[in-house]
Amino acid sequence: MTAFSFDAVAAILLIPAAAAAILAALPNYKMTAIVNVIASLLTLLAALSLFVTERPAPGQYLIVDDLNIVFIVLNTFVGFTTSVFSASYIAHELETGRLTAPNLRFYHAMYQIMMFGMNLAFVSNNIGLMWVAVELATLTTVLMVGIYRTHEALEAAWKYFILGSVGIALALFGTILVYMAAQPVVGEGTNAMVWSVLIEKAAHFDPALLSVAFIFLLLGYGTKVGLAPLHAWLPDAHAEGPTPISAVLSGLLLNVALYAVLRFKLLLTASPEAIGPGPLMVTMGLTSLIFAAFMLYRRRDIKRLFAYSSIEHMGIIVFAFGMGGPLANFAGLLHMVMHSLTKSAIFFAVGHIAQVKGTQKISEIRGLTESHPGLGWALVIGVVAIAGLPPLGIFMSEFLVVSSTFARHPWLAIPLVFGLLIAFGALLLRLTGLAFGEPRGGTAPVEASYVPMYSHLALVFAAGVYLPAPLVAWFQHVAGILG
Amino acid sequence: MNGLTFDIAHLLAGSLVLVSFMMLYQDRLFALINVFALHAVVLALSVAWQAYIQDAHHLYITAAIALVFKAIVIPVGLHRIIQRLGIHRDIETAVGIGPTMLAGIGLVTLSMVLMLRVTPEADPLAREDLAFALSIILLGLLVMVTRRNAVSQVVGFMSLENGLVLAATGAKGMPLVVEISVAFSILIAFIVIGVFLFRIRERFDSVDVGALDDYRGERR
Repeated sequence: MTAFSFDAVAAILLIPAAAAAILAALPNYKMTAIVNVIASLLTLLAALSLFVTERPAPGQYLIVDDLNIVFIVLNTFVGFTTSVFSASYIAHELETGRLTAPNLRFYHAMYQIMMFGMNLAFVSNNIGLMWVAVELATLTTVLMVGIYRTHEALEAAWKYFILGSVGIALALFGTILVYMAAQPVVGEGTNAMVWSVLIEKAAHFDPALLSVAFIFLLLGYGTKVGLAPLHAWLPDAHAEGPTPISAVLSGLLLNVALYAVLRFKLLLTASPEAIGPGPLMVTMGLTSLIFAAFMLYRRRDIKRLFAYSSIEHMGIIVFAFGMGGPLANFAGLLHMVMHSLTKSAIFFAVGHIAQVKGTQKISEIRGLTESHPGLGWALVIGVVAIAGLPPLGIFMSEFLVVSSTFARHPWLAIPLVFGLLIAFGALLLRLTGLAFGEPRGGTAPVEASYVPMYSHLALVFAAGVYLPAPLVAWFQHVAGILG
Repeated sequence: MNGLTFDIAHLLAGSLVLVSFMMLYQDRLFALINVFALHAVVLALSVAWQAYIQDAHHLYITAAIALVFKAIVIPVGLHRIIQRLGIHRDIETAVGIGPTMLAGIGLVTLSMVLMLRVTPEADPLAREDLAFALSIILLGLLVMVTRRNAVSQVVGFMSLENGLVLAATGAKGMPLVVEISVAFSILIAFIVIGVFLFRIRERFDSVDVGALDDYRGERR
């Protein structure tokens, strides 16, 4: 049994890595799209098998525990559905000549390397390895954001690159400081970077050094989470890259950085004399939420609109985890899952919409429910969900965030609810224009793959109506780990 | 720890901060790149000295990377790029030299006060290395924000990264230092190739990042 369970961890790393090598060698674009889907499906199955197989003991480099399984399964699931969406999206891009066959070969190989980087970041037990994995995932997305080689795409990629590099540099400095704090207690060498060792001995670390380290880590990885005021790369990168990449950026890459922050937050919590990570995260979360909520009003580009909405939701999630405690952590975790599913579904719809309308400008897209009912209603459901209306999943998680805040720090609930309402207004205002009224823009029939977006939305709907008891128990357990 | 080895390590790390300051007031691209090459040479010496006193042979690799890649390959490459792009004129600094130097002094003071205060129990050498490293990182960030030119921002980022390497080598026995310095070299190579291959000059008609900023898709 032990041998097989080791295989599951190896599989979620090796399948994407091997697939990347194969995809780089295959010339036929139809074939590569299919291989991409199959590889993503296999990775998902390997990730699901983590639930049933016995887990290996944490090693010096890799770890599987209850916390990261949630992230891995979510990551591979959205990775798989996005690859299905990507196949139909890319076919259209090829027809219109925005991408060429060599571009696609590169794109698919990069897609799998990115999945590899993200999975590696989730399973790494070594804070140095985690840093390298996050850097790898970032680099591949930078390359994909710039794939159209237009003026705008290059600018977005450049900005993402520079800001991402500064963020990653700060995160590395924080990582070095953690090592410095650990070294007198754990001793020199690899062990002082192994997370499962660090967490046991964190109580004896120098609290001041650990606190400074966390500030650097929060700023560094926070840049990648897209927290204001370090978010400047995020809207550009979302708007100018291919839409499947916008979907994985919002749905997955932000979670990877968030996961890194959470791991380090646990270290801080284990050291009683270090500064509480909570207030810092609450402040950054609230700032992002309110800032992004106001920014939603002035958007003219549809992908940019939803990019700001991602900043808003990451703000809510970081706020919830910053509050801490079983209920807020549960709410944060649920919100993260719901946001990933909903936001990627929205981007799937937006990708096809931008293709049929030939534009991303909000003012030139009208009456989608009439001209393209399938896409239009998917967008309506998605936006209603992301705005936090019942009975969809995000309503429930937002409700839990707000009620747990009311119970513990009623004053904090005021800015939180204020931000949520502002964002709600902006999203519904834009939605009415996009989805209803006289159709405007291209009316060509669309060859969209509806399955990914509607399956995501169905899951979000199901979660809003009824969460199965085992799932609730699992989330509660993970929320308990997060302290 | 023997007094002389400590003094030499201290001297090299301190010179690195000094060279970072020299970068702040260079107003020509070629001069800036030459100062960066000097920065990399001092870093290589400092890392090699750490390798010697810690008896950590793998750090010699990091020192060699710093010397060959950052002090020779990158500066030569950047020189050629600048000539190709025809931008060897003055750097447009967004902030004047006087305020920049004052800000630099402030940042170094800040990092000294911060790092020396939080690490009273650490090994004195590692502790000072860390304080110097943070100064270099902050000065690198300062170079990045005070310059509007893409090439000089890259130089600022590379000096920032030198600070990280100094911190990583100063932390005794830290694993993965070589791997991380290799990862960073790849990152930098990407950036430099990016400036050139993505034809920032051609596409944007200027390497001035201010011009890149004009396109936002929403300012109309």
